Amino acid sequence: MIQVANLSKRYGDLAAVQDVSFSARPGEILGFLGPNGAGKTTTIRVITGFLPATAGTVTVCGYDVFEQSAEVRRRIGYLPETPPLYNDMTVVPYLRFAAKLRGLSRGDIDAAIDRVVHACALGGVTGRLLGHLSKGFRQRVGLAQALIHDPEVLILDEPTNGLDPGQIREMLAFIRSLGTKRTVVLSTHILSQVLTACQKVVIINDGRVVVEELLERLTQDRSLEDVYTQAISRGAEAAA
Amino acid sequence: MRNTLTIAGRELRSYFTSPVAYVLLAVFLALAGYFFYALLMAFNQTLTIYGMMRNPEMLQRFNLNEMVIRPLLANMAVLLIFIVPAITMRMFPEEKRSGTYEMLLTSPVRVGEIVLGKFLGGLVLVLLMILLSGFFGVLLAVYGNPEMPMMVAGYAGLGLIAVSFLAIGTLVSSFTDNVVIAYVGTLFALLVLYTIGWLGESLQGTWGAVVGYLSITEHFQEMSKGVIDTKNLVYFATLLVVSLFLTHRSVESVRWR
Repeated sequence: MIQVANLSKRYGDLAAVQDVSFSARPGEILGFLGPNGAGKTTTIRVITGFLPATAGTVTVCGYDVFEQSAEVRRRIGYLPETPPLYNDMTVVPYLRFAAKLRGLSRGDIDAAIDRVVHACALGGVTGRLLGHLSKGFRQRVGLAQALIHDPEVLILDEPTNGLDPGQIREMLAFIRSLGTKRTVVLSTHILSQVLTACQKVVIINDGRVVVEELLERLTQDRSLEDVYTQAISRGAEAAA
Repeated sequence: MRNTLTIAGRELRSYFTSPVAYVLLAVFLALAGYFFYALLMAFNQTLTIYGMMRNPEMLQRFNLNEMVIRPLLANMAVLLIFIVPAITMRMFPEEKRSGTYEMLLTSPVRVGEIVLGKFLGGLVLVLLMILLSGFFGVLLAVYGNPEMPMMVAGYAGLGLIAVSFLAIGTLVSSFTDNVVIAYVGTLFALLVLYTIGWLGESLQGTWGAVVGYLSITEHFQEMSKGVIDTKNLVYFATLLVVSLFLTHRSVESVRWR
């Protein structure tokens, strides 16, 4: 479903991501782990077509992100690190705007809005200004926006950032329920979230993939924490 | 096309759900109204003085178009230099700051549709502004006897100036993620465009002609005299198309960096 092959991205002299390869199958929830600044957001921005790669290819649903960008963008739902909200809009007009951008036909828009408002539990705030919403609701509206066109691929960049423990639990349960039909990439630096929600783990450190493995195989004889710590320190040794 | 209208609609809505549109409209109309009043009073006074001198020949030489409408239009153009950047400064910087830029660029929307949508949203506001200032023209037409074709051509010229300013503002705002820089950058560009003709007066030969052609004032003045020439229309159309084309390139450049 998602194929990242030998992806590199440089910002001037700084190599943010080097030779990154991994893949996610349909219906799989992929936990994308790594310390802050490891290159998670950069990789995600390349997959979603927001940034071009310096080298390498990314294929989503069989379409090349660089060659057939429009096809890919139609199939991806994306929640960036900061939820992309217009603070002067209320929830429903905002979702309507998102639905139109995603190319939903006029007749389908209302049903789609109802669906995501229900799914993301936004019923109580539909008339509120986005600028007045709490962090948890902002995150959920951002997720609703990413789901409005019922995408095959969902990319979530630290979706639990700033949520309280209860909200995190809800969000992860919700993401897990999404995964049955869709491919989900869940970026995070919190290990327990991966244990709760994901089937596959990719750990990235210093711009390189250090682990790509199914979660159950990875945690057969040790904890994910050990795997992570080891992977990160090994990366550091290799860099030194 | 549908995407363009979607984006234009959101843009326009954000002007009117915040106080921005109302403040800009009020400031523009209040100052323009003051100019109108002052010009009209001065015109009246001149007429009274020359009327007392019983000099019908001199009296003939004063008319509404020359003494009220043309200076009023020129003053409104100067006002637009300060008002239009305030309309365009948020277009791109605000999207970049709030993260919505990422949503726009990862949607199945073409860059051209984004640029055109933003521009059209601002265009509605600017044209509304000019339409409302047409009230002064209506007053003159009802209570005085201006030459209508001249007045209409003048207002059309003002409209074209506003459209060009807006296109330039859209371009400058696409360069930055900072509203202050977008405002000041646009202000700078518009002031240069407006005053570059001053240089033309002292330059001779080809350079003088080139600078004269570049000056937006030159083209505007011809229109406010009632002359609608293809040369002027081509000038404004070029300014518009080039600005929007460069905006397109500038937005797209995120993709090649």
